[in-house]
Amino acid sequence: MNRFSWRRLWAVLAKEFIQMRRDRLTFAMMVGIPVMQLCLFGYAINTDPKHLPTAVVAAESDEFTRRLLSAMTLSDYFELVAMPSRIDEGRALLRRGEVQFLLRVPPDFGRTLARGERPQLLVEIDATDPVASGNAIAALSALTDAALESELRGPLAALNPRPGAVEVLIQRRYNPEGLTAYNIVPGLMGVILTMTLIMMTGLAIARERERGTFENLLAMPVRPLEIMLGKLIPYILVAYIQVAVILLAARLLFEVPIIGSLALLLGCVFAFVIANLSVGLLFSTLAKNQMQAMQMTFFFFLPSILLSGFMFPFRGMPGWAQTIGEALPLTHFLRIVRGILLKANSAAEVWPNLWPLLLFTLVVVGLGAKRFRRTLD
Amino acid sequence: MIQHQQPTPTPSHPPAIDVHGLTKSFAGKRVVDGLDLRVERGAIYGFLGPNGSGKTTSIRMLCGLLTADSGEGTCLGLDVRRQSAQIKAQVGYMTQKFTWWEDLTIEENLRFAARMHGIARAPRVIEGALERLGLAQRRRQLAGELSGGWKQRLALAACLLHQPKLLLLDEPTAGVDPKARRDFWAEIHALAREGLTVLVSTHYMDEAERCHRLAYINAGRLLAEGTPAQILARVGLSTFAIHGVPGAAVAELKALAGVEQVVPFGLRLHVSGTDSRVLADSVGAFGHRHQLTWEPVDATLEDAFIALMRGGHG
Ligand SMILES: Nc1ncnc2c1ncn2[C@@H]1O[C@H](COP(=O)(O)OP(=O)(O)OP(=O)(O)O)[C@@H](O)[C@H]1O
Ligand SMILES: [Mg+2]
Repeated sequence: MNRFSWRRLWAVLAKEFIQMRRDRLTFAMMVGIPVMQLCLFGYAINTDPKHLPTAVVAAESDEFTRRLLSAMTLSDYFELVAMPSRIDEGRALLRRGEVQFLLRVPPDFGRTLARGERPQLLVEIDATDPVASGNAIAALSALTDAALESELRGPLAALNPRPGAVEVLIQRRYNPEGLTAYNIVPGLMGVILTMTLIMMTGLAIARERERGTFENLLAMPVRPLEIMLGKLIPYILVAYIQVAVILLAARLLFEVPIIGSLALLLGCVFAFVIANLSVGLLFSTLAKNQMQAMQMTFFFFLPSILLSGFMFPFRGMPGWAQTIGEALPLTHFLRIVRGILLKANSAAEVWPNLWPLLLFTLVVVGLGAKRFRRTLD
Repeated sequence: MIQHQQPTPTPSHPPAIDVHGLTKSFAGKRVVDGLDLRVERGAIYGFLGPNGSGKTTSIRMLCGLLTADSGEGTCLGLDVRRQSAQIKAQVGYMTQKFTWWEDLTIEENLRFAARMHGIARAPRVIEGALERLGLAQRRRQLAGELSGGWKQRLALAACLLHQPKLLLLDEPTAGVDPKARRDFWAEIHALAREGLTVLVSTHYMDEAERCHRLAYINAGRLLAEGTPAQILARVGLSTFAIHGVPGAAVAELKALAGVEQVVPFGLRLHVSGTDSRVLADSVGAFGHRHQLTWEPVDATLEDAFIALMRGGHG
C-alpha cells in the first residue's frame, strides 16, 4: 500500500494524456509557441541591423568626401537618406528619429587632410538604442581609414593618416558572417523550453487545486511521487516535440549548421528539461491558483531571458548580474546548445555547464518535495 | 417520523468512527473545537450544523485530508493521525463540491478511480457501476457536461467502486431534485443494510430524519448528539400552531413570555418555547385576545436545531 505503484503512476499518466489531448488550445500553444517565437526572433529581430538611415552635412563636395560617402553606402550599414545643407536641419532629422546617424564633414576637410593634419569627422548618433548602432560605428572608423587610404596615394602617400604599426586582423569564428540567427535560433530552444515547461507544469497542478479536483486526488490512496511523475512525464514528451520542431526549423529555415553530436544534445536537453520541470513543480506547490502559477512563471522567466546571455551578451553584464545568470539553468543550457551545434563540443567540453544544471535540479526538487503535501492544510 | 432499525454495537466490531477532541484552527480561528464523534458500524449518521460550522473540515480530518491540531481516535480501527493512507483505501469520500474531472468522460473517471484503488477485474466492476446507476448510456459523455443530479450519481458511483467500508458524504444532495434525492436515500439505506457505515452531512431536515443518529455542531462544537427523537426530547421544545394571525400582531406574539421562535408555515404560525407551561398560557391569552384558533403540534427537528443554534440548550 505504501510502496510506489506503477499501476497508479500509469493511472495518472493516462489521465494526463487524455486531458492534454482534450485541451486543444494548450496543445496548439505548445507547438505554436516555438514556431511563433522562431519567426519573431529568427526573422524579425536582428541585433545587427543594416541600412541605417544617415544624413550627411558636407560643406564641400570634394573627392575625399565623395569617396567617404560611397564607402559608407557600400558597407551596407549606412543608407544616405538626406544631405541637408545646414547642421540644424540635420539635427532636426535626428531628433525626429528619421535618421540614426548625422555625419558632419567640416568645410576644409580635404585641404586639412592634404596638409597632413588629422581632420575631424563628427558623427552624431541617435543612441537611444545602443545595440542598434554598435556594429555600424565599429564599421565606420574602419571604413574611413580604408576609403581615405586609397585616396592618399602617390604624392600624397606620406599623408596617409597614422598607419598602424601593427596590422590587426579580426577573424569572426564559428559565425564568420556574424549572422544573428546562428546565435538566436539555438538560444531560442532554451527560451522556449523554459517558458512552456515551467508554465505548463505550474498550471497543471494549480488547475487541480483551483477546480478542487486535487482534494479528490488526495483522498485516493496515491503517493505524491506517483502524482508528480504522472504529471511531469507527459511534458518531457512535449519538450522533445518542441526540440524537434526547433531543430528542423534551425536547419531548414535558418540554415544553422548542426555540426556537433545530436545524441549529446538530446541528452543535455533531458537534463535541462528536468531542471525546468522541477521549477514548475516547485511553483505549483506554492501557487494557490493558475493565476499565481502564471505570475511565478514570469517572475522566473524574465531574469532567465535577460541575464542568461540570450538577450544581451553575458560578458557585458555587471558582476552581480553575471552571478544571478550563473544560477539560472538557461545560462548553462545556452552555452551547451551553442557549443554543440556551432562548435561541435564534446561531452567533456559541455560538462562544466552540465553539472550546474544537475545541481540546480537537485536543490529545486529538494525544496519542492518538502513543500508538496499529502494534505490540504 | 420514519424510524429505522438501529445497529447495535458489538464487541467484535469496534465503531467505524471513534474520535475524541478533534481540533483544527485556520489562521488562529478555531474551526473545529474538541469534537467527539462515535459512529457504530452499519449506521447512517447525520452530521448537521449551519454554514461554516466545521462539517467539511471535520470530515476532511476523518479521512486524513487535513491533520488535526490536536485530538485523536480511529477510523475503521485505524489511527486517524498515522494511518491515513490505509484509511483512504477503505473510505469513500464524496466531496461537497463536484471534484471529478470535468474534462474526462464518465467512464474515464471511473476507470481512473478503479486504477487508483487497484480494483481487480476493473472492466466488470465499472460496467456494473454504470448499469446500477443508470449511467451506461452516458458513459462517453464528459463529466463537465452533466447536470447536477447526474454529477452526483457519478460521484457516488466513483466513490463506491472500491467497496469502501465507510462512506463520508458531504452534502451529497445539495441542488438535487426530490425524486433523485429519494432514490439516493433508498440507495444509502440499501448500502447500510449491507453493512456499510455512512456519515452524511446535510442541511435538509427530511434527510436528518432518515438517519439513525445525528450530531449537530455549531461553531465547531458538538451541541447535541443522539437519535432524532432523543434530540427532540433533549431540546424539550413545545410548539403551537396558531391559524390566521394578522400581520400586525406578529410583533406582539414574538414579545410574549415563553415565546422563543415564531416561524410561518403557510397560513399558520408555529410558536415554540422550552417552557411549555408559560408558552401555553401566553398562546392561550393571545388566541383569545385576537379570536384565533390554535393547537399544540409536534416540534420538528428544524425547530429544535434553530433553538440549539440560539444557544442555551447545550
Ligand atoms: N482551508 C481553509 N483555510 C482557511 N479557512 C478555512 C479553510 N477551510 C475552511 N475554513 C473555514 O472554516 C470554517 C468552517 O468551514 P467548513 O467548510 O468546515 O464549514 P461547513 O460546516 O462545511 O459549512 P457549509 O455548510 O457551508 O459547507 C469556515 O469559516 C471556513 O471559512
Ligand atoms: Mg461544507
